[in-house]
Amino acid sequence: MRINCPCCGERMVEEFTYLGDAAMMNRPIEGATYEYTYLRDNPAGRHRELWYHEQGCRSWLVVERDTTTHEIFSVELAEEVRNAS
Amino acid sequence: MQANRVEGRGLIDRDAPLNFRFNHEKMQGYAGDTVASALLANGQRLMGRSFKYHRPRGPLSAGPEEPSALLTIGRYEHEDPNVRATVRELYDGLRARSQNHRGSLERDFMAVTDLMNRFFGAGFYYKTFMWPAKFWESLYEPIIRAAAGLGALPGDNDPSQYEHGCRHCDLLIIGAGPTGLMAALTAGRAGARVILADEDFLMGGRLNAESHEVGGMAGSAWAAQAVAELAAMPNVRLMPRTTVFGVYDGGVYGALERVGEHQAEIPADLPRQCMWKLVAKRAILCAGAIERSIAFENNDRPGIMLAGAARTYLNRYGVAAGKSVAVFTNNDDGWRTAEDFRDAGLDVAVVADARADAKERDGFRTIAGGVIADSVGRLGVHTATIRHKTGTEDSVRADLIAVSGGWSPAVHLTCHQGCKPVWREDIAAFVPGANPPQGLTVAGAAQGDFSTSACLAGGASAAQAALADLGFEAPAMETPEAEDGATMITPFWKVEGCQRAWLDHQNDVTVKDIAMSYKEGFKSVEHMKRYTTLGMATDQGKTANVPAIALMAELTGKSIQETGTTVFRPPYTPVPIGAFGGRHRGKHFHPTRLTPSHDWAAANGGDFVEAGLWLRTQWFRQGSEKGWRDSVDREVVTTRSKVGVCDVTTLGKIDIQGADAGEFLDRVYQNGFSKLAVGKCRYGLMLREDGIVMDDGTSARFAEDHYVMTTTTAKAGQVMRHLEFCRQCLWPDLDVALISTTEQWAQYAVAGPHARDLLRKVLDAEHDISNDALPYMGCAEVTVCGGVKARIFRLSFSGELAYEIAVPCRYGHDMMEVLMKAGEEFGAEPYGTEALGVMRIEKGHAAGNELDGRTTAGDLGMGRLGAKKNTDFIGKTMAQREGLQAEDRAVMVGLKTVEPTAKIGGGAHFLEKGAEPTLETDLGWIASVAWSPELNNYIGIGFLKHGKDRMGDRLRAWDGVRGTDIEVEICSPHMVDPEGERLRG
Repeated sequence: MRINCPCCGERMVEEFTYLGDAAMMNRPIEGATYEYTYLRDNPAGRHRELWYHEQGCRSWLVVERDTTTHEIFSVELAEEVRNAS
Repeated sequence: MQANRVEGRGLIDRDAPLNFRFNHEKMQGYAGDTVASALLANGQRLMGRSFKYHRPRGPLSAGPEEPSALLTIGRYEHEDPNVRATVRELYDGLRARSQNHRGSLERDFMAVTDLMNRFFGAGFYYKTFMWPAKFWESLYEPIIRAAAGLGALPGDNDPSQYEHGCRHCDLLIIGAGPTGLMAALTAGRAGARVILADEDFLMGGRLNAESHEVGGMAGSAWAAQAVAELAAMPNVRLMPRTTVFGVYDGGVYGALERVGEHQAEIPADLPRQCMWKLVAKRAILCAGAIERSIAFENNDRPGIMLAGAARTYLNRYGVAAGKSVAVFTNNDDGWRTAEDFRDAGLDVAVVADARADAKERDGFRTIAGGVIADSVGRLGVHTATIRHKTGTEDSVRADLIAVSGGWSPAVHLTCHQGCKPVWREDIAAFVPGANPPQGLTVAGAAQGDFSTSACLAGGASAAQAALADLGFEAPAMETPEAEDGATMITPFWKVEGCQRAWLDHQNDVTVKDIAMSYKEGFKSVEHMKRYTTLGMATDQGKTANVPAIALMAELTGKSIQETGTTVFRPPYTPVPIGAFGGRHRGKHFHPTRLTPSHDWAAANGGDFVEAGLWLRTQWFRQGSEKGWRDSVDREVVTTRSKVGVCDVTTLGKIDIQGADAGEFLDRVYQNGFSKLAVGKCRYGLMLREDGIVMDDGTSARFAEDHYVMTTTTAKAGQVMRHLEFCRQCLWPDLDVALISTTEQWAQYAVAGPHARDLLRKVLDAEHDISNDALPYMGCAEVTVCGGVKARIFRLSFSGELAYEIAVPCRYGHDMMEVLMKAGEEFGAEPYGTEALGVMRIEKGHAAGNELDGRTTAGDLGMGRLGAKKNTDFIGKTMAQREGLQAEDRAVMVGLKTVEPTAKIGGGAHFLEKGAEPTLETDLGWIASVAWSPELNNYIGIGFLKHGKDRMGDRLRAWDGVRGTDIEVEICSPHMVDPEGERLRG
């Protein structure tokens, strides 16, 4: 699999580490809850998830990917996604 | 004597003879030969013994699908077992050895299993070697392993070099037959970046194996001309000897290039093989097709091969695989073998054409609607038994039986991402399904277009389509003139009444075994595969699968489409584990990180231990010290009584800057940092979001907007990732930036009563490090040795008066020398991680053993740390959960053995005196232990239920693993200098 990092261009998946559901970015203002900490979506199909370009620019990325085909639809900087929300 | 060479034929170089050995016999072949073609040229068609029945075997094919002709190539540690003789290039001095026989190849003692075959059918092992169960490992398995099998590994480390590489292109073309060459010419002329990969050493595919013309010249000549044109294009890379073995996500293809193994001596600068990741925007699979056999009684003898393979040996290698050939076919392609053999002046004894509507052809003895029903010959066929349409049988002398049961497109790579092949009735073959991997299209015979003309046209149009996708202007292509015949196949899978008729030559699976599998209920192809082992091992059933599926369909009454194929997975052909490993073996499996003063430590008796990727000094052996304890005890005593120096460079260091740096730290640590004064350090405890302790360390404030954090050695990467997550994903509004500086600073702990005296000699005179100027937990930017910038932190892990001094890492080695020289007058010594561990246990400081991913701040006695802080921080709310706050949680305590020298071990459990060791009576565990030279006692840190109320109590440290049960006394974890007077002095 290859991920098109907005800073570095298309790179091999080995450079990235995976975290999971991008919902982890939506930390409740009053502090973490049980739901926030433990409940994650893990759909078969389109999914927005967090990847970290650890062996590159150290950007956290929001990658929209089909978990059944590994097709990638979009890659955005988490920071920009967060600022836009 | 190359008795079977045919003059005037073949693409071999007769001016370049190559000497080689088969078993003990000396033979000669030519450059351009494979091991199999050279052996056949020498009249050696017996090449090995079969897996289970030890049947004599020769090559069935002339390509990568070969199930039978597996040899061991090379000698000693270079021995390479199970090599397909049909693809391994011959080189001068090659040594080949046949496999799986006891005694000579001709007189294999184990051939007795063939006589007892009625007892050894499919499922024999499962039914027979059942009782008693314990005999399986000790008796049955060793016997079976010795009796059945393929080649053996040499047992030594593989001395070969393997390499990894990555290449990019617009268009990857897999296979360089007529389809692939035409596709490459089209894309190459358009200016696209093209990689053309072919598993063969000679590009051209079937064009090199057939006698018909392309574009008015020999097919092989056209191929050579195309290859020459491609080789001259700077945008085209030819990769011969390269098997594309797997399709991965995002246009990544795995490929194995045999770089050096076709040479007698691999040049020192070349690897044996290279594992490539080919990254392609588009790819075209032009892998061709694989011929299959027809099942008839005893169809596995040496001299019985696929009709196309017989042509390959004749046309490409100039080898007559027999002097007199009997052809058995169900399609027109088989006839080509008869024609080519006749044209070469060889005898065509008979052509049995199983098709009901078969016609007599001039000049051939044709058995229309007839079959070959059996073969005769102990070590190789000499007679074929013909059965006429009428049922009458007669014998024909033939030392080669060429069989064509039709061609199966090589669909394998299209299936690697879940696409299922589709059965096409008109050509009696599976073709690629409708959803091949993204970016991959299929053309030519791999798509079911078998004629050369269709292949050439298909290659050009597939390339044109890909080029259009990629935005290239595709050139108009003129397809050269070539044969355009249909194969006219009528499916014919097995001869009526045959039993011991081989489907899978490699696993010795016969028609009888498929019937048995059906009878016992293993009817799905996946069950059949596992019950009979058909389609397993090195060839993965490339010739066997389709006939077996057809037979099972016949038995169940389902269609072939309904019956389906088993799943094809990578790799397409065997790939050595060594190639996957590449250079990542032995010490290169992962990198080793060395601190700047590593060499100094090595030169001064340092004994190293791996800490993640780092090598750290455990202790420094001095003089006559024998055991490690001698060194560690001395280092502890020296540090506590004089002064010691320890390399702490490996601790993670993160530089944190920005107006909101303090706020950021407040949110990631349990305790507060925004109010920390400039020039001060503070211990910080970092939690995970679920409330469990993640890591600890200190952070120092050098300016309002500048902190330097340290982490533990083990968690440095994880903490960095976590902090970046917090910064980018949670709070991008904070003005803060992070960077790891672990490798930029070399850092040394200087600890002991003389630590200040020592450092005064090293620091430049203007820096005051008196207790008033730099009190406990102070920090400052200073210079040493006449202007070298440095940072000094007054921190103490050992509990002594101590500092950590950091210098840019290029000065690390010199710094260590300077510190030791300056410390000479005070009796300074270096100390390692073991002494560090002893001293922190004596002081009750938690470390990795205690921060084990289960403990809370409360468990560590730090529940109140930062309690005054109001900010929300990571882990705050979840740490309040009932279970994490429970009264009976095991909390950190110290302990001493009642008998001072009774050696306890980490992992022992606390039990009341007299209690049975059960889960219910378990009171906690011991995390760290050490011999304390200060207390002259074994001590430890553990976690004990209601620990705070148990001070002074005597319990047992029960260790079921080591078999010890030792009395211990519970105490505060702060066992040495509990008031901390030394470190503040």
